[in-house]
Parts: sequence; structure tokens; C-alpha cells
Amino acid sequence: MKPAPFAYKKARAIEEAVALLGEQDARLLAGGQSLIATLNMRLSAPSLLIDINGIGGLDGIALKGGMVEIGALVRHAQAERSDAIAKSAPLLARALPHIGHPAIRNRGTLGGSIAFADPAAELPACLLALDGEVEATGPKGKRTIKAEDFFKGLFETALAPQEILTAIRLPAAGKDTRVGFAELARRHGDYAIVGLAASAEADGKGLKDVRLAYFGVGATAVRTKKEESALAKGDIDGAVVALDLDPPDDVQASGAVKKHLAGVLLRRVAKQLMEPA
Amino acid sequence: MTDTALDISLTINGERVSERVDARTTLVDFLRDGLSLTGSHVGCEHGVCGVCTVRVNGDIVRGCLMLAVQCDGATVETIEGLSDTGEIADLQAAFEQRNALQCGYCTPGILVAAQDLLKRAKENERVPSRNEIREHLSGNYCRCTGYQAIVDAVEAVAQARAGETK
Repeated sequence: MKPAPFAYKKARAIEEAVALLGEQDARLLAGGQSLIATLNMRLSAPSLLIDINGIGGLDGIALKGGMVEIGALVRHAQAERSDAIAKSAPLLARALPHIGHPAIRNRGTLGGSIAFADPAAELPACLLALDGEVEATGPKGKRTIKAEDFFKGLFETALAPQEILTAIRLPAAGKDTRVGFAELARRHGDYAIVGLAASAEADGKGLKDVRLAYFGVGATAVRTKKEESALAKGDIDGAVVALDLDPPDDVQASGAVKKHLAGVLLRRVAKQLMEPA
Repeated sequence: MTDTALDISLTINGERVSERVDARTTLVDFLRDGLSLTGSHVGCEHGVCGVCTVRVNGDIVRGCLMLAVQCDGATVETIEGLSDTGEIADLQAAFEQRNALQCGYCTPGILVAAQDLLKRAKENERVPSRNEIREHLSGNYCRCTGYQAIVDAVEAVAQARAGETK
């Protein structure tokens, strides 16, 4: 199918894009790898597309005060090739190759993926597992939203109608940081049937501050806190038994299959956390 | 203040093109319907199948997931350009030799995607493994399911370009 007609405006500054968002039924166009697909299928039909790709200063990756700050327009491929990401955000480095295919990763942006909040997408779960945060810019300026307050529901976030996600920030990995990532998909690069992103700190021979975030199991990425404490004690079997998930059936698999697979992934990821490469 | 049709200028296969396009026209539809460059195909129109793969500013993209208006000022290369310059002559010969196409619908997209991998591999002075070839082509469907021969052909070219023979 073809998109319904819309007007197009290339914004040159954030303030301009924020002002344009005040117009009726306007959408932001970043990488467009989800948006244009929904336009083509007429699942969405905005009256105005605001192209933010020409706005300067949103494509940087920088270390600032113990945090990695990633501009909203950093593309998946750019992050994949970044030494700073490999060193300071190793969870993202593991997750990025699972996102779509090379042609998709050349266009798709990290900010777009977080703001779209697809429940089966990798990056929202990574942001949650890393206790990261989002920088939003609106008519009144900038504010920071913690990952756990950001994802509100199916494709729903804490962004106000006239706010734009301008950056994400993650705590930079230290020498004791451990990360784990695994997902199961029908074809490499497809949306996950179920996936798991995890971070922890090595604590002697054990782990502390374990954070597990599943995706593809509900309306948003979800943390499973009971399993986190079991894993911190080194009890993988206990963590799998305690798995507190009730995924709904979807086109890919029944809830029961997803729950079983979530246990399989938990074992794989636990191993990654406990035996770093 | 905002328009549903815009003037764009871009370079396509080395030629300067200036056209007025509807904002809603995707890049692949612009190439096919506007410029009669019908080598790029239209399949799923939502980024899954890969038959519309083209190069924009040197990077492969989905022609169905970019708008023509976004390509103002860009350099676009299609299968026609890659063929005419001889950039992929060896790859095309390998596809023919190894029967790496049947109906041929997916072939332009696969050639563009495979050349992307081969070019990067050459720059990094390494030969991609069969697994890497499969992963790089994971976004391109062949519904005749001739993947084995496609991977064979790409692998043979990777080795030949690295100065190895199989």
C-alpha cells in the first residue's frame, strides 16, 4: 500500500520541531524504519511529518560525568561501530546486531527506537536493564525521565505531546560491570519472540545490583525483580522457578511457550553475567 | 508553511536529477515510477523483504522506508548504477554461474546488499564467513528459497576479491 497524503517539513532546530509538534496530528520523522512502514500500511496517517534529521547536535556519543550520552539521531550502525559504545555501553554493543538488518540499522535511530517503545524491541529493555534515562525537550525546555518512569504501556511513553526525545543517558560501564543479552527470533533481525537484557556488578565471586529486563513478553519491557535477587545469590535454578512472567499469546508463540523460552534465556544470560568473556 | 509536494535535487547513478515529488512518495516508488529505474523492486513495502535495497550516500537502505523528499541533496545508487559501472560485474557473473537466482525478483536487492558486505570486507582486508554472509543477507528474502547458491556465489566472490581461489 501507499501512504495517505501528508505535508512534510524539515526542521532545522529543536525549537522549530517543538513548535511544529503543536500543529494538529503532526509526527516526528527520525530514522523512519517503523514510522514509514506504518504509513505505507496506513496504520497511521498524520497530516504533517516533521523531519528532524537535519537538526544538528543530536548525533553525538559522549562520556559525561560517568554517563554515556547518546544523541537521539545516532543511528544503530553508527553506535555499532562506536568504540565508546563498545567500551562504556557493552550491553548496547551486544544488543545492536540483533536489531533489524544492516539496511535498517543504517537508518534507524536509537532515540526513535526508545521513543517508539515497541514492547518487542531491544533498546527499551536495555535502557531499563541499565537504569538509564531519557532527555526530553519541550516548550519549557529540557527534563530528564528515568527509564522505569518512561515506558507507560503499549507504544506509550511519558513524553508529552509537544516533547521530543533528544538524548538517552546510560551509566558508563566500570571494571566490575557485567552484562548479558539473548533473544530468540524466527529469523536473525526479526522482532524477538522473547528477549532478555541484563546488567549486574561483580561482587567478589558473586553478583550484586542484578537488573533483568525482558522484552516481547507484554505491553512494555518488564523487570523481573524476584529473579534478580535469586541470581544475585547465584541461584540460577531458583531464578528460573521464580520466573514471574505471564506473557500473553501473540502471532509468534503462545504465552506458555514464551514463558518456557524466557527460562531458557535466563539460564543463558545468567551464564554471561557469571562468566564474563 | 508546509507542503505536500516539494522540489528535490539529487544525484542518481552519477546523474543530477531535479524533480517535484509528493511528500508521501517513497524513494523506491520515485525511482521506479518517476525515473523508470525499475531494477529496484517493490515487495512487502514495510521493510521486511529487502527487494527495494538501494544505496544512499554509500549506505544500503530500504527504498520503501525512506521518502524521496528525504533524499534532497543525496547521492543515490541503484542496481542500474552498480551494473553500469561494472562495480559488481564479478558478483553478477558468479550469480549466473552458480544459478544463484531463479525467478530473479529478489536478485537486485540481494546484489546491492551483498556488495555492501563485500566492500566492507575488502576495506577491512578480511573474507566474510558463510555465517556472516547469511547474517548480512538476513534482511533479504528469496521466496524461491535459493539461499544456498546465493551464499555460494557471494562467498566465491569474497574469496576471489581477496586473491584466494576456491
